[in-house]
Amino acid sequence: MASDRRQNIQLTPDGRLRHFLTIEGLSRELLTHILDIAESFATLPGRPVKKVPALRGRIITNLFFENSTRTRTTFELAAKRLSADVLNFNASTSATAKGETLLDTLRNIEAMHSEMFVVRHSQSGAAHFIARHAAPGVSVINAGDGRHAHPTQAMLDMFTIRRHKGDFTPLRVAIVGDILHSRVARSQILALNTLGVTEVRVVGPRTLIPTEARALGVHVYHDLDEGLRDVDVVIMLRLQKERMDGALLPSESEYFRLYGLTNKRLEAAKPDAIVMHPGPMNRGVEMDSEVADGPRSVILQQVSYGIAVRMAVMSLCMQTHAEERGEA
Amino acid sequence: MNISILNGRLIDPANGIDDTLDLHIQGQQILAIGAAPEGFEAQETIDASGCIVCPGLVDIAASLRDPGPGRIDLASETAAAARGGITTLVCTPDTQPVIDTPAVIELIHRTARKLRRTRVLIAAALTQGLDGQQLANMAALARAGAVALSNARHPLANTLVERRALEYAATFGLTVMLRPEDPHLRAGGCAHEGAVATRLGLPGIPSCAETVAVARDLALAEHTGARVHFHALSTSGAANQLREAQAAKLPVSADVAAHQLHLTEMDIEGFDADCHVSPPLRTLADREALRQAVADGTIAAICSDHQPHELDAKEAPFPETAPGISGLETLLALTLRLVDEGVLSLTEAIARVTCGPADLLGLPHGRLGAGSPADVCIFEPDTPWTLHRSALCSEGRNTPFDGWEFEGQVTHTLFNGRVVYRRDAREPTQVTSN
Repeated sequence: MASDRRQNIQLTPDGRLRHFLTIEGLSRELLTHILDIAESFATLPGRPVKKVPALRGRIITNLFFENSTRTRTTFELAAKRLSADVLNFNASTSATAKGETLLDTLRNIEAMHSEMFVVRHSQSGAAHFIARHAAPGVSVINAGDGRHAHPTQAMLDMFTIRRHKGDFTPLRVAIVGDILHSRVARSQILALNTLGVTEVRVVGPRTLIPTEARALGVHVYHDLDEGLRDVDVVIMLRLQKERMDGALLPSESEYFRLYGLTNKRLEAAKPDAIVMHPGPMNRGVEMDSEVADGPRSVILQQVSYGIAVRMAVMSLCMQTHAEERGEA
Repeated sequence: MNISILNGRLIDPANGIDDTLDLHIQGQQILAIGAAPEGFEAQETIDASGCIVCPGLVDIAASLRDPGPGRIDLASETAAAARGGITTLVCTPDTQPVIDTPAVIELIHRTARKLRRTRVLIAAALTQGLDGQQLANMAALARAGAVALSNARHPLANTLVERRALEYAATFGLTVMLRPEDPHLRAGGCAHEGAVATRLGLPGIPSCAETVAVARDLALAEHTGARVHFHALSTSGAANQLREAQAAKLPVSADVAAHQLHLTEMDIEGFDADCHVSPPLRTLADREALRQAVADGTIAAICSDHQPHELDAKEAPFPETAPGISGLETLLALTLRLVDEGVLSLTEAIARVTCGPADLLGLPHGRLGAGSPADVCIFEPDTPWTLHRSALCSEGRNTPFDGWEFEGQVTHTLFNGRVVYRRDAREPTQVTSN
């Protein structure tokens, strides 16, 4: 008999989004719906008033157990553009650092009548755990948990790809770098496959590719030139410095020589291929500055699209709960 | 007290018995099987019609947490053992303080004797404080009653220390229980390094963390001549290595945790912390290989690998939860399920939890011969029942089997001639009404 922990907790029985924890289990239609809603929010920065009243009076809490300025800021901005009130709770310097359990922290913030938690945590499954224990009517959005998932990052990447490429189905996409430790890559792979791309490739040394990577639905390459051949989209992943210390890589210089993206190497990809990076980027390690600042780079657009995508996800989840409460 | 157990199907694998036979107990010992001796008068008779009467179960490895902080102690865990039909428990040394002195052994023995629910034997520490550095006073621990030596779940990272520990233990003919896992290859993992952990982004523990350790341990066992018992195997590779070593006449044996014979990596889906165990749940192929090894006797013992935890230990994101299952009350049911699934015969299943583990440690228990301690388990083989975690006797409610339907429920457990568990027919949370 399956435990309740194995049930799909992020969807209502009729398939609406209650939490946003992972791309896994979401349909192509739902992902496309999120992108469509994000499209409507993407025009806001060009308007005189950059806010909509969708979540006026609602309280959203950024619950960050792991430091992240960029992601937290874009979630905060997204919430504010939806007219919500935002609490920022930096758990690494607050109660949990003093020994309070995760559940106690959750209960305390629920007592402040927050209706949505945006959660970042260093452990895989943390967002699922919080969603399982959150009070009814509270949504949880995963802002990155361990190596597991970073679904809003994946969706903003999909948004970026759609804006530049239109249809997903003919695309070949290469994801380059530390797949093993990357929650972003896992979510991107799921999203790309759900949206029906022709091929997802992962490229990197064996030490940074999961042994069961093919089970994710990807083709594995260890040679960058081969991996980039004829691709439409190149996604470079951030390489964390500590990978040098864990016997995963011998040196940054060797990594750059083998897997660093340069204009020369990019010639293997299609002429109109775009280059992406979830940031923050290590210039000269993952990518040459010529590429990062070059005409094919869409890295800064990714950041700005992130706000629209996060607004879309927040408003969808909140709408589901409002309907369940009979408010909508 | 004199007790007669009547009309049951008596199965005693150690003595090759499987027949409808009565069992008569006088005082703490089994007096006779079959007809009551002349002049024997029973003060109590137990009607075991429709039931199986077998030796009390021998669980070769259980963490009992006593001495230690918290509510889990010998009182709660021996009650759980009695309810599970277990009459002999081998307690692992990972208590607080660690079982590395005769005084701690005496403390546990004294408490267990007072409780009189089940026999508690000790696998004492192999190294002091389980630190993997300094050898424990093995001879003194053996004199105090330790039946084996173990470093519990703490790794022996230093190969030279392991060599010395095996040599020293072999000096006194002591069995060393090793949990084979290379700590460097484990590398902070919390789930089997396979497709599911890859998808869930959980740090993986590769199968080779076990097979590398088994290879090392076997080489050292051969070199030192020590008697080595592998605790809680989880991989097909390890089972194959063990089979080859036994064919080469090395004095090595192994047990497997009952849950490893039923669950796989797929069961951690949804970050189910109740399925966070160590060693981790492996692949279906591993599970089938373990079942095969149990069936052909390569693995002669199924144990509970009981790891009770208080509620908070499982209330966290998966990697931060404490590994382990509260297994005493499901050991028999999970073993009998292997009979339903065609893996073992009923006699073989009972052997794997009675004389099998007893023989591995040279214990006289797990058998029903006249003159043996009157340790008896009586169970209904066909009555369906549902496990509810809230109804467990153990203070550890951490079980992935909550809601599972089983057949084979203990009705009576007798330890040293006393009924220490008798199922209450009014136990509504345990028995399925149908």
